[in-house]
Amino acid sequence: MSATALDQSALRQEDSFIRGLRNRHRFGAIWKRFFQGATIFGLIALILLTFNVLNRVFGYVAIVNRIEPSSLSDRPLEELSAEELGVILIESAGASFNPRIGLANLIPGGLGTQNSNYIANRDNPIGELIPNVPAEYAAIPLGEITSEQATTILSTIATKEDLLDLVKLYVVGEKVGDAWSLTESLFNRAAIDEYAAANPNAKIEFRNWLSLTFLSNRMSDNPLVSGIRIALLGTVWVLVFTILVAFPLGVGTAIYLQEYSTGDTWLERVIETNIRNLAGVPSIIYGLLGLAIFVRTLEPITQGRTVISAALTMSLLILPIIIINAQEALRAVPPSLREASFGLGATKWQTVWRSVLPAALPGILTGTILGMSRAIGETAPLVIIGAATFIATNPDGPLARFTVIPIQIYNWTKDARPGYGEVSAAAIVLLLIVLLTFNAVAIYLRQRFRRALQG
Amino acid sequence: MVATAMQTGVAQTTAIEISHMKVYYGEKLAVDDVSLPILKNKITAFIGPSGCGKSTVLRGLNRMNDLIPGARVEGEILYHGRNLYAPNVDPVEVRRRIGMVFQKPNPFPKSIYDNIAYGPRLLGVKSKAMLDEIVEMSLKQAAIWDEVKNDFRTKSGLALSGGQQQRMCIARTIAVEPDVILMDEPCSALDPIATQKIEELMRELVANFTIVIVTHNMQQATRVSDYTAFYSIRKQETEVGKENRWGVLAEYAPTQQLFERPAKQETADYISGRFG
Ligand SMILES: Nc1ncnc2c1ncn2[C@@H]1O[C@H](COP(=O)(O)OP(=O)(O)OP(=O)(O)O)[C@@H](O)[C@H]1O
Ligand SMILES: [Mg+2]
Repeated sequence: MSATALDQSALRQEDSFIRGLRNRHRFGAIWKRFFQGATIFGLIALILLTFNVLNRVFGYVAIVNRIEPSSLSDRPLEELSAEELGVILIESAGASFNPRIGLANLIPGGLGTQNSNYIANRDNPIGELIPNVPAEYAAIPLGEITSEQATTILSTIATKEDLLDLVKLYVVGEKVGDAWSLTESLFNRAAIDEYAAANPNAKIEFRNWLSLTFLSNRMSDNPLVSGIRIALLGTVWVLVFTILVAFPLGVGTAIYLQEYSTGDTWLERVIETNIRNLAGVPSIIYGLLGLAIFVRTLEPITQGRTVISAALTMSLLILPIIIINAQEALRAVPPSLREASFGLGATKWQTVWRSVLPAALPGILTGTILGMSRAIGETAPLVIIGAATFIATNPDGPLARFTVIPIQIYNWTKDARPGYGEVSAAAIVLLLIVLLTFNAVAIYLRQRFRRALQG
Repeated sequence: MVATAMQTGVAQTTAIEISHMKVYYGEKLAVDDVSLPILKNKITAFIGPSGCGKSTVLRGLNRMNDLIPGARVEGEILYHGRNLYAPNVDPVEVRRRIGMVFQKPNPFPKSIYDNIAYGPRLLGVKSKAMLDEIVEMSLKQAAIWDEVKNDFRTKSGLALSGGQQQRMCIARTIAVEPDVILMDEPCSALDPIATQKIEELMRELVANFTIVIVTHNMQQATRVSDYTAFYSIRKQETEVGKENRWGVLAEYAPTQQLFERPAKQETADYISGRFG
């Protein structure tokens, strides 16, 4: 081989080497751009979503009254006693207030909207509709009760909160004339001024829909006084019981499958494979299952459509998530840790309880967080098992009737009247806050265990 | 140093008598027909090429092999005259009496104190004073007390150096007061200084314990052990291109004798580095 030929081939190699390197770098750069793009896309979607919700939580609202509250009393309505509110109601009976429909509004778990609630329950004895009605009226169907009787009943059973709602709803006739989002409030004052000019009686004020009264009020037909208290409590109750049921069951199953089962028997293999499939079953199927088992079959224990039925249904739903993640966490515990424990004369149970489980706990909690997040937002199964749409009293335990925030959001969102979009936006923000709070607690616990492990 | 009882003619007590031990992993024979005594208060070293079954025999001595699905031991391993593999023997009790130190230090992700107290707590010791005493004693016996006495209650076992971790693991094993301590290449992950410390420690411990150590380091075997068992590999061609390999005990003798006057050619080849 001549000297020049050698040089040339060396040159060619050198050249192709550099070209190849440049290609490799370019290839890497393209992928990096793609990954960045994907992240930015997600970020934008998240920002838009948050903005879209928050945008409706603040803004101007036009409040229209049929009668000015100042013409009813010198003091604000909120400060009046139950008796004074009752007098206002009775005085306006006949004119704007129908006591029978007012009574229908107090039916627990009813439909909520005044007239449909009345129509639906017209033929039922009110003793069956409202538990604490005085005995002498209990047998009279709602539709046959006289105005006087209805007024008497109202004055004996209605709480101050009930009466205030009724006064605002029927006497004052307070309602939202129109509502504007934050961006409209800031940049489209013309529309607001135009509305004000057309409706001189409307009171226009800037409103924070996610206020303390929103948190502390129960729901109502009037978005201005409607609140989330009962749904929030319902969500917390359901969630707490869901965790109480699903966490020990899920972790227990994972420990059995991972540590004890050898996977040798036919049954163990079937279980192992199917848990993964269960995680993908549509949630509505779990709702049907919950309806059949917990609401109907186990009614003597769960008493039907109660917090505990919902929690058990939700537990079924999130069990596969908890099990799969806990198994993964147990599998990740290094074998040397088990050997160390067995080598010191530990029994299987001691090894699992003292070594394996503490080491796997951070991972197990991650799975629990995922399951919880799912349970907080899940609506379909609860609709199926019959979470109520309108509840007037706080859920106070596992056997209480309940509703949850997502169902409340759904009901408000589908109502096109002004003001409902705003309260549902406030409820969505609240739901996100609840979600973040529960997750923050779990993440805090996880970090603590992890730090304890690393010493 | 290796003026052993055998040579001086004093009767020796046997801690464990291995007799015709065979170990299978599933269908595969891993170790065939091993018989030797493990003498009380002596250090017995297992040497031999990789894959000859040293760890397998060692783990067979305290039934750690039970944890491996498919592993099976035949023959007899007599401890105080009882076969460790008899049906009425509980492996949990065996492992407490015959403790184990592993190749890679494996502290629990807990404080040093909790690491040492792990074993006694398994046995139901709850008294704080008693645990304190056991922990201090064990750390002292394992020659690590001086290094950790200030912060052993709070410091994580994982925060120690590799050599310290290994001595802590030895302390942890001592804390349950075993008769026999099995060590599988305890120094293979350590530097020479840490190794030397462990070797000195073993010489001290042998007054109270019986020790079996697997090592790849000939010098280590000559330095620390009283007796040495050399394992080697047997092969058999089953069909073309396939062969079965299993380990056998090739030679067992007092350490000095085995290294200076090996009885078998393959032993001589191995210790002089011509094989394996
Ligand atoms: N868990 C196991 N399952 C199946 N076969 C195994 C298992 N452990 C070891 N063996 C096999 O048993 C034989 C002996 O292995 P062992 O680990 O006892 O050798 P060793 O002498 O300790 O080797 P090394 O010096 O490399 O540690 C090897 O052929 C190995 O492949
Ligand atoms: Mg080995």
